Amino acid sequence: MQIGRVIGTLVSTQKHRKFEGAKLLIVQPLGPDDVPRGSALLAVDGVGAGVHEKVLIVLEGRAAGEALGKKAAPVDAAIVGIIDTVTISG
Amino acid sequence: MQLARVIGDVVATRKDENLVGIKLLVVQPLTPDHQPTGRPLVAVDAVGAGIGEEVFFVRGKEASFPFYPVEAPVDAGIVGIVDHWDIE
Repeated sequence: MQIGRVIGTLVSTQKHRKFEGAKLLIVQPLGPDDVPRGSALLAVDGVGAGVHEKVLIVLEGRAAGEALGKKAAPVDAAIVGIIDTVTISG
Repeated sequence: MQLARVIGDVVATRKDENLVGIKLLVVQPLTPDHQPTGRPLVAVDAVGAGIGEEVFFVRGKEASFPFYPVEAPVDAGIVGIVDHWDIE
């Protein structure tokens, strides 16, 4: 899993039927020091996240499909948690 | 998934039988501010996308799911056409 920050929302009318009812959020992955790392991506939201929140994302198809609650959904990324704090020690 | 713009299409007469009837498009990944990022790639189309449209695509085996029960040998697929996105 990775840590990211929700930076935007996306609207799509014409999409695969498994996306119906799903919220699509644009997420910028972050390093441990909260510095943006890599390209922003699009994730389905499984937990009710909002813009500016720090979130936990899965970047794998099966896990993302489970977060969406649908089998055989063509997804590869999902938000599975809203992060309160991250502590790096040692 | 990633944001992208459809910039072309691919025609292949001789191909895997499980690709027959599936549209192949060339997509350029985009940053959230609509700028090209990274190399273009070929993706199958599951939503009726066209050249010039902004779309989002999925990577990996999941790209084949819209064509189930056909097991299409693909690793990227367009699964939505974007109306708009907003960055805050």
